[in-house]
Amino acid sequence: MSKVEDVQIAGGSFITEDIHYNQVFTAEDFSEEHQMIAKTTEDFVEKEILSLGEEGEKLNYDLTLQVIKKAGDVGILGASLPEEYGGLGLEGIRFALMKEKLNTQSAALTMPIGGHIGIGMLPITFFGTKHQREKYLTRLQTGDITTAFALTEPQSGTDASSIKTNAYLSEDGKYYILNGSKVFITNAGFADIFIVFAKLDGKDFSTFIVERQWDGVSIGPEEDKMGLKASSTCSMTFEDVKVPVENLLGEPGKGHIFAFNVLNFGRLSVGAGCLGNTKNTIYHSAAYANERVQFGKKISSFPLIAKKLAEMNMKAYVLESMVYRTAHLFDKGLKELDFNDSNVGEKSRKAVGEYMMECSINKVFGSETLDFAVDEGLQIHGGYGYMKEYPIEGLYRDSRIKRIFEGTSEMNRMFITNTVIRKLKKGKFRALEDALARVQETFTADNQTPSHDGALSRENELLSKTKELFTYLLSYALDVFEETLEDEQEVTSNFGDIIILMFAIESAVKRTEKIIAERGEEAAQYVMKMTTVYVQEAFEDVIDFAKEIAAAMFDGDELHQQLQKITENTFFIPINTILFKREIAQKVIDSESYSM
Amino acid sequence: MNIYVIMKRTFDTEEKIVINDGVIDEDGAEFIINPYDEYAIEEAIVLRDEHGGEVTVVTVGDEDAEKELRTALAMGADKAVLIDVEDVDEELDHFSISKALTAYFSKKEYDIILGGNVAVDDGAGQVASRVAEGLGINQVTTITSLEIDGTAVNIERDVEGDVEKIETSLPLLVTCQQGLNEPRYPSLPGIMKAKKKPLDTIDLDDLDLEEEDVEAKTKTIDRFLPPEKQAGKILEGEVDEQVDELVQLLRNEAKVI
Ligand SMILES: Cc1cc2nc3c(=O)[nH]c(=O)nc-3n(C[C@H](O)[C@H](O)[C@H](O)COP(=O)(O)OP(=O)(O)OC[C@H]3O[C@@H](n4cnc5c(N)ncnc54)[C@H](O)[C@@H]3O)c2cc1C
Repeated sequence: MSKVEDVQIAGGSFITEDIHYNQVFTAEDFSEEHQMIAKTTEDFVEKEILSLGEEGEKLNYDLTLQVIKKAGDVGILGASLPEEYGGLGLEGIRFALMKEKLNTQSAALTMPIGGHIGIGMLPITFFGTKHQREKYLTRLQTGDITTAFALTEPQSGTDASSIKTNAYLSEDGKYYILNGSKVFITNAGFADIFIVFAKLDGKDFSTFIVERQWDGVSIGPEEDKMGLKASSTCSMTFEDVKVPVENLLGEPGKGHIFAFNVLNFGRLSVGAGCLGNTKNTIYHSAAYANERVQFGKKISSFPLIAKKLAEMNMKAYVLESMVYRTAHLFDKGLKELDFNDSNVGEKSRKAVGEYMMECSINKVFGSETLDFAVDEGLQIHGGYGYMKEYPIEGLYRDSRIKRIFEGTSEMNRMFITNTVIRKLKKGKFRALEDALARVQETFTADNQTPSHDGALSRENELLSKTKELFTYLLSYALDVFEETLEDEQEVTSNFGDIIILMFAIESAVKRTEKIIAERGEEAAQYVMKMTTVYVQEAFEDVIDFAKEIAAAMFDGDELHQQLQKITENTFFIPINTILFKREIAQKVIDSESYSM
Repeated sequence: MNIYVIMKRTFDTEEKIVINDGVIDEDGAEFIINPYDEYAIEEAIVLRDEHGGEVTVVTVGDEDAEKELRTALAMGADKAVLIDVEDVDEELDHFSISKALTAYFSKKEYDIILGGNVAVDDGAGQVASRVAEGLGINQVTTITSLEIDGTAVNIERDVEGDVEKIETSLPLLVTCQQGLNEPRYPSLPGIMKAKKKPLDTIDLDDLDLEEEDVEAKTKTIDRFLPPEKQAGKILEGEVDEQVDELVQLLRNEAKVI
């Protein structure tokens, strides 16, 4: 494994601190073992799922269970399981890498596996008792039993804390009696156990492990979905289900903490899965563009088609930089978890919860990068892309849900900003507090942002300016809106976007710097081009979001002055992105795959 | 049983080949275990599980080949050996490689050595046969079935689509053909265990060989890609006319009849 400094990085610190590339893990740092794990996962998908052909594209419980069992045989289901329980050990990088590789080919049946090893098994791993882990995890790992995560209810989606499913302790104190209903539960059609969220006595948010065969558990019919056709999604109801007290997961009243912390990890893994899907989309789109001839030429030779491929590839590079940077953040904390420690639940909550902002960023950026890719990919296919015969049609439909589940894009954007605000209020974001106190004076065009040298000096400068601009506007927003800032959704969402772009820019720049340091500028030309183009375009977006925030806060002369200040402070001379994109596209067209 | 596999690291079969100045550009290319050698590794593991003993996978190459050796260990092999020739300046050929392997095996006790039928990169199928010759042992190529009982060996081999049945005896070298088995891919726990298995690196010195001993017997003059496929031609008109035109074209343009 190559050079990543072993330091603990605080969640959200990227907003104020600059990071050295030595502290950033990149896809170039994969160990030999990571590469082999990636290969096995890809081989598994190819040999056990793609080989099923059309059958694998349809909903079929038996086939799904067989595939899950095979995934267990190969060890894939142990992806997030501590070694003590026969798994591979918890490691963010490995988990993200497997999620990516499960999704790098058009194999619909990987969806149930993703659910099983992610939000299905993780709650028991992190928050289960020794007894619960021994009882369930070993069999979950072999694929002998399967699991699902049941949070959403008909009246309670994004507003998860409003769930109505209720539990109360039976008179003899042996059971919790569970009543309520859930909707849209992935894997519900066949899962043997469910992680169910309910309110104890109508108030304390709690989590239970519920077995399918218990009296009173009933599963509704399969939903007729837009996409993810091979994946089971059903509603379910609980009618006086007797849940033995030992099946309470964690402490009563702490269920939301579990739910949302596991979802953090889930959000990162959505990002990683979207990376795989995006690479797959690039492959199908480039291959098609090289095959289709119009006006006597391959359509890949038309600059407008090439531009789409360049943009897809460039964003995939940024997403890849972000996913593995984030996955690595967890590893120090996860490594220190001792599953014999009775307090491991609380410790894992800390280890996972620390990076909730970064996880939300990955979720939004990943699902939207994929949506961009499938949309442009379908466009490259013209009318054929609208036909089921072409894989892009399925990719397009399947991608849509990723902006919705595990926290909608809207919620995650606002959540990112609100996390910053809450940290500030709790006095837990000193560095930002300090920066906020200074920024109104220092944010001037002559007070130059720290100068940078080296190959990506311009990009580093734009990164610094993004951070400054964010801090500058936040310093006013906290004043202007005071306590109501969280209600100004358009504003918090825009701040969320600026933070996402900031993290994206930084992840790409640091990775590229690392590649330059390791291979030299000559060999890094291609990734440098992608980084230069991406950073410029992202920075332009940052400016747009910033101006909208400014217009919401100021008016008249003050608005004029503020906009002038922003414009002067963010001035840069654009590079010729058209030319650069042509060059980026060429490699994608030549190799018909994600390129870097 | 002492079971050995000779393995080659090759270009991924899905890689697009780029040639610069007569040299294949390996920059950024993916490498894999030669697919035919995977049959050999699989068969070796099956033999070991049935008869006991140890599987050792040997390759001639440089440090980069450790990845493929680890993969073989992750599949289930017990030991791996890299004969490192990175320091050799001259280009090596099939003679050189087989010379190194022969020297290696002449100091070992082996019951069976398995290799792939050919390597998918240069498709020569030379090395394994030369090793058997060098060691003076029996060899059977392109096998599709293998039964061992004591030292007696029953083999089916593929002969251009027909099957030939052969009886022979250990010690023996075989090369494996598609159809022999379905190679497993390494399980994830297997990958984690592979880290702890022995992987030894030796060089020509350790084999008492000088650079001259492995000097290539052949010289590669040039490498080039096949010409790009031309667009097809659709003939038009009545069937009779089309046939006439086709014959014309085959005779005058393609010059094949
Ligand atoms: C295929 C599929 C699989 C699923 N799998 C699971 C599963 O395994 N387990 C599980 O528990 N759930 C699952 N879900 C449910 C999924 O997580 C929810 O659909 C999602 O959380 C959104 O909830 P909702 O559908 O009720 O939408 P709503 O919450 O009603 O949202 C509708 C719209 O309103 C917006 N909105 C909501 N609140 C606000 C607000 N405060 N401010 C601004 N905008 C707001 C949302 O962003 C969204 O655009 C699945 C859903 C699907 C479709």
